[in-house]
Amino acid sequence: MTGTRAIVDGNEAAASVAYRLNEVIAIYPITPSSTMGEWADQWNAEGAANIWGSVPEVMEMQSEGGAAGALHGALQAGALATTFTASQGLLLMIPNLYKIAGELTASVIHVAARTVATHALSIFGDHSDVMATRATGFALLSADSVQEAGDFALIAQAAALESRVPFLHFFDGFRTSHEVNAIMPLSDDDLRAVIDDRFVGQHRGRALTPDRPVLRGTAQNPDVFFQAREAGNSYYIACPTIVQTVMDRFADRTGRRYRLFDYVGAPDAERVVVLMGSAAGAAEETVEALRRRGEKIGVLKVRLYRPFAAAQFLAALPETATSVAVLDRTKEPGSLGEPLYQDVVTALWEGRRFPRVIGGRYGLASKEFTPAMVKAVFDELGKANPKNHFTVGINDDVTHTSLDFDPAFSTEPAETVRALFYGLGSDGTVGANKNSIKIIGKQTDRHVQGYFVYDSKKSGSMTVSHLRFGPDPIRSTYLISQANFVACHQFQFLSRIDVLAAAETGATFLLNAPYGPDEVWRHLPRSVQETILRKRLRFFVIDGLAVALEAGMGKRINTIMQVCFFAISGVLPREAAITAIKQSIADTYGKRGSAAVEKNFAAVDRTLARLYEVKVGTQADAGFDVLPAVAATAPAFVREVLGTAIAGLGDRLPVSAMPIDGTFPTGTSKWEKRNITQQIPVWDHDLCIQCGKCVLVCPHAVIRAGLIDQAALVEAPATFKSAKARFRETDASARYMLQVSPDDCTGCTLCVEICPVKSKSEAKHKALNMAAQAPLRAAETANWDFFQSLPAFGRDGLVHDTVKNVQVLEPLFEFSGACSGCGETPYIKLLTQLFGDRLLVANATGCSSIYGGNLPTTPYTTNAQGRGPAWSNSLFEDNAEFGLGMRLAVDKQNQYARELVARLGDDLAAGLLQADQSTEAGIEAQRERVAALKVKLAGIDSAEAVALRSVADTLVRKSVWLIGGDGWAYDIGAGGLDHVLGSGRNINVLVLDTEVYSNTGGQMSKSTPRGAVAKFATGGKHTAKKDLAMEAISYGSVYVARVAMGGNDIHTLAALREAESYEGPSLVIAYSHCIAHGYDLSFGLAQQKAAVQSGYWPLLRYDPRRRHDGKNPFQLDSAPPSIRFRDYAYQEARYTMLARSNPDVAQALLVEAQADVDRNWRVYSSRAAMAEPEKAGSEKA
Amino acid sequence: MSDLTTRYLGLTLTSPLVASSSPLGDSVESIVRLEDHGIAAVVLPSLFEEQIELESMSVDDDLARGADSFAESLSFFPDLKDYNIGPDRYLELIRGAKARVEIPVIASLNGVSGGGWIRYARLMEEAGADAIELNLYEIATDPAISGAAVEQGLLDLVASVRQSVRIPLAVKLSPFFSAPANMGRRLDHAGADALVLFNRFYQPDLAIEDQDVVSTLVLSRPEELLLRLHWTAILFGHVGADLAITGGVHSARDVVKCVMAGARVAFMASALLQNGVEHAGVVLADLRRWLDAHEYASIGQMCGSMSYRSVPDTSAYERGNYMKVLSSYVLKGGPVAGPPGMGHRRI
Repeated sequence: MTGTRAIVDGNEAAASVAYRLNEVIAIYPITPSSTMGEWADQWNAEGAANIWGSVPEVMEMQSEGGAAGALHGALQAGALATTFTASQGLLLMIPNLYKIAGELTASVIHVAARTVATHALSIFGDHSDVMATRATGFALLSADSVQEAGDFALIAQAAALESRVPFLHFFDGFRTSHEVNAIMPLSDDDLRAVIDDRFVGQHRGRALTPDRPVLRGTAQNPDVFFQAREAGNSYYIACPTIVQTVMDRFADRTGRRYRLFDYVGAPDAERVVVLMGSAAGAAEETVEALRRRGEKIGVLKVRLYRPFAAAQFLAALPETATSVAVLDRTKEPGSLGEPLYQDVVTALWEGRRFPRVIGGRYGLASKEFTPAMVKAVFDELGKANPKNHFTVGINDDVTHTSLDFDPAFSTEPAETVRALFYGLGSDGTVGANKNSIKIIGKQTDRHVQGYFVYDSKKSGSMTVSHLRFGPDPIRSTYLISQANFVACHQFQFLSRIDVLAAAETGATFLLNAPYGPDEVWRHLPRSVQETILRKRLRFFVIDGLAVALEAGMGKRINTIMQVCFFAISGVLPREAAITAIKQSIADTYGKRGSAAVEKNFAAVDRTLARLYEVKVGTQADAGFDVLPAVAATAPAFVREVLGTAIAGLGDRLPVSAMPIDGTFPTGTSKWEKRNITQQIPVWDHDLCIQCGKCVLVCPHAVIRAGLIDQAALVEAPATFKSAKARFRETDASARYMLQVSPDDCTGCTLCVEICPVKSKSEAKHKALNMAAQAPLRAAETANWDFFQSLPAFGRDGLVHDTVKNVQVLEPLFEFSGACSGCGETPYIKLLTQLFGDRLLVANATGCSSIYGGNLPTTPYTTNAQGRGPAWSNSLFEDNAEFGLGMRLAVDKQNQYARELVARLGDDLAAGLLQADQSTEAGIEAQRERVAALKVKLAGIDSAEAVALRSVADTLVRKSVWLIGGDGWAYDIGAGGLDHVLGSGRNINVLVLDTEVYSNTGGQMSKSTPRGAVAKFATGGKHTAKKDLAMEAISYGSVYVARVAMGGNDIHTLAALREAESYEGPSLVIAYSHCIAHGYDLSFGLAQQKAAVQSGYWPLLRYDPRRRHDGKNPFQLDSAPPSIRFRDYAYQEARYTMLARSNPDVAQALLVEAQADVDRNWRVYSSRAAMAEPEKAGSEKA
Repeated sequence: MSDLTTRYLGLTLTSPLVASSSPLGDSVESIVRLEDHGIAAVVLPSLFEEQIELESMSVDDDLARGADSFAESLSFFPDLKDYNIGPDRYLELIRGAKARVEIPVIASLNGVSGGGWIRYARLMEEAGADAIELNLYEIATDPAISGAAVEQGLLDLVASVRQSVRIPLAVKLSPFFSAPANMGRRLDHAGADALVLFNRFYQPDLAIEDQDVVSTLVLSRPEELLLRLHWTAILFGHVGADLAITGGVHSARDVVKCVMAGARVAFMASALLQNGVEHAGVVLADLRRWLDAHEYASIGQMCGSMSYRSVPDTSAYERGNYMKVLSSYVLKGGPVAGPPGMGHRRI
């Protein structure tokens, strides 16, 4: 096998085949299918041809609905066309799927199957999306492994062409799409051997063409529609046989034989499990293990789910089977059973076979499905009265559907190396492990498997790599629970989680620690010491960071730890491993230049001398232990539920612990102390001018300002700092405080970068300076706690029109998991400071919904009165409509409340109805009136009083904001956004414009600027960024602002306040620097400033109210360009990558981009200079 | 008509007017334009080894930043086939220029490591450069390192590159040596075929409002020529290496001065950037007119005619020059008018 294998993941395996078998590929990013589109775009940019020698056309669309439409059109016009998608994306395609199938159009859609959002979004894998398409007429073909993802991509395409039935080829999201495995790749000749060009010709022959005109897409009446719908039946009847024929042809070519239903197990099995997808791997492994114990069992793997070939199913199921369990990786609430179960029951009934059949659910949202769970199902089948409609893998202590299983049951082959690596996202552990898999896969004939688990944070995130290497094919489609090698690449993890939980007795433990072999033992938490002793682990230590720093690698310890793994594990001879690692480095980094290669080489060469085996202590004698996940003072739900998830033990939570409807408390991120920075800002209170810029820009709300009377500081900790307040509104006794939360800071340094004050004696010393966190942590934690205990400064004590004043407003968005230095979160935080206590947020799916709402905790929080942002995420595509719905509800209920209040007819009612809520004081006064109203209503039980009580809170002004990124606003949600802006209703839109789909890894949107490289724009974007502001301005009735906090912070503040105060639709487009722009984000604000200075991002406001005063509503708020576009753009890798890779194209695009800037400036400045001829309403007849 | 032909680095040039290392040499098209307007040779912009290293690490950092950290975004950029990190583009420029122009193309190199200097010099030679100019740009910020050590380092470097390539080697010097004449001679002995006087540096300026240090590189001014004339005149005849002047050459008269001081060639960049490449033609026409008017048969005739060794009174090139300037200034200006409130003082 060696030499011809490829080490790839499922997405690459499928995309490689799909790309070579198509002419038109419509793409759109959605996890976990995005990389299929990315591969297609990249191959297209590289000029790779399909098997007919032509480079496919690859087109990114604005949504999956758009991709499906383009697919449909391309197919109708005779092209071989495909697309890739998952989850909500697939749901958006459904209308076209009906059309494509109804027209018997040969095509394949490749799906990385993913959970459909219900009570919550999940990016992980199950079959709820695929099952939602089973009525469309598409054939559904399930691949169980990385190998099959490639193989079935071909089989599906050939079968579709021959049968005319379109295929949905799917494999499990993440488990297969992202699992790295060694496969036998399909060559172009393999593809040509299986694809019969006669059918390609027939497909083209059915194309719409004026040369042979036909009409398709008719509207039909009751007289004929039904008959026409039945007219294609024969194609579905023929389809399964065609699929099997293609599978046989494929087997003849490759030796890999598949059937519509593949049975594995005892020929005389009594108990059989039926399932499809990656779970088949675990099931097969379990069946083999249990058969060795003499059990008569088997597993029937469903390949072709639609059309469901009942005869072939019955033929595949052993006649001896008396008890059958059908497992579905989806849930249909209210059904008699999940889809596969129902199909199997029907097939058996119609086939007059009557074994006992039970159905169960497993593996929703990539929930682990292990041999222990498979065994539990077989055990259940052996019972006299097995549970039907069961669940497995969870503890359902509410409706008691779940099967018990023994977590200790394992079928892991002893000869397989099972290695676990705990790393930080930023330390390169995953990348190194992917390299290790490739090295072993290429250097040996061993089977390899890699699967990678990430947490929900974008900063300081932990990664866990699960690597298996062995002599036999690896079908273990589950995480490693019994490892014989565990590496912890970050010492601090030892005090947060039990990294040795999965280590088996006698395993090897490799630790990266800042301690030598003689001292490391005493720095281990007690329970870690106990585990090492109890499990008799071999223990190795290396100071990887020291080696990395010496080699010029910064904090990247990946290569160093990789060398350690090979040196200790013995997977390869040491010298051979080092040679292979260096070759791999040269392959990986070579095109990044010699310096990158040489530094990695230096790291390799320095490693082994610093790797030590530790002589473990004789007893666990540490005086400290693993820290609790959350403080004991946290609320019970946080402690018991969220805390369990934070500790990485969420799988243990029973059903009863979960909210029934996806509703969670806010204010929980403050309990998730992550302690991820090595440096924090330190305040020089003598130098500080109290401008508030640091507080404004802090992405994680970890630096807070406050004003307090001196008397309140009597009990302050000794190191707590304050300064005489320099505010006009405060008296002489007021003190200004600036405090950092050391456990929540991410060390991004934006606060230090923005600090405008420099020491007159030493220019590098500012009012904020970064310093090592560890020595300060205890004292600053105490100071933070004290600061938090102080009362917030009254919201009506200062006018909220300056950055200086706004800094003392309490942020109700804090400690998110966003990237360190995030350019989006400062805007959201500011929004919550200004309006948080009366804010409703409709959040489009994307970065802001992930750091805003991904469990275990949320950054949205409440003030001392318990008020705070109410937040929800509906979908990606519908956010504008979703937010408008909120506004309509609030308005309607407000109107109803006012109608009811009006009937009261007293002074309170008059106050409530005539309240001026344009100021903080006015809003507070209204709140008091509402409170009085509730008191008044308390004793009344009339229907009207009850009704008024339920809607009384809507009498206080609410601020409805629609938040989302440019992927939403410019692309998938553009239609809805346009409609909502045109509605005239009082909604506010905040577009966090990063100019790419940041959350899914930086794909091009219509906001992406000309000349920038992005995924799906590998060759650089050739068209200009859409001017969303001018689109909205064209209505004349929409408040529009384009802001950049780093360009002009007071302008940003003014725009948000004006937008909120405007009683119609408002749109604020906020420049958000982003990790996807490719530079150190500590310079994010400087880049924002440069964007404004270059004229690329002119600051503007369009306020329709100004027209009433005879003023031009259009205000251009930034100065004419003072630097060239190039001087701004070429600070960012998204532009310089193109300049490096294709300088001629980059230069041409740069010239055009500068012309864009110049032209826009001319248009804007002309518009701003226009006089408003007459006041509105003075129209003459 | 006077003969403008000169020899530099063993190459025959049609005139002493050479385009100095500047953005004017960063594309083949631009180099063709320089030739079209009479420039006799072009020195390409410097290839900075440090920059290549920096770019390599920067691309690596940019691609690694945020990668493999979050399940939905395992990377943020497509991994392109080639980032053109390294000298390839530069070498392509040499090859491209050599294919299009007749004039000599002189590559320029600034290294940081011994290995880097030699590796890149060889690559430049292989790419077809007619000569290499070593741009000895170094700021000796470490007080622990002596001038002697710095000088020895440079000499070793020149010697090692000299041994590694066969094409002519020019060395572009800084004026900041305790004994420039001695340094010039030692470089000559180390293998330099030409000495180019002098490098111009990015000079940090202080933005006093922002308390920032700002890097600047302003275009040269004609008065900068004087320092170069001075040391060219002193070195002429004391070194076997050809002499070249760069910095402050703006007109035909400046070219005449350079040659009279002892330079074989005069490098021009700022004047071309300011006035356009067409300015070269103007300078050459002026130069011809001047030579004709003053009845010089050739430019070579005047080379070194006003060098230290050729003038009757050398005191002007020695300390006497300083004394003379000071005294003449006093005689001319009388009492010096200082700022208000400073009173009057005499120098």
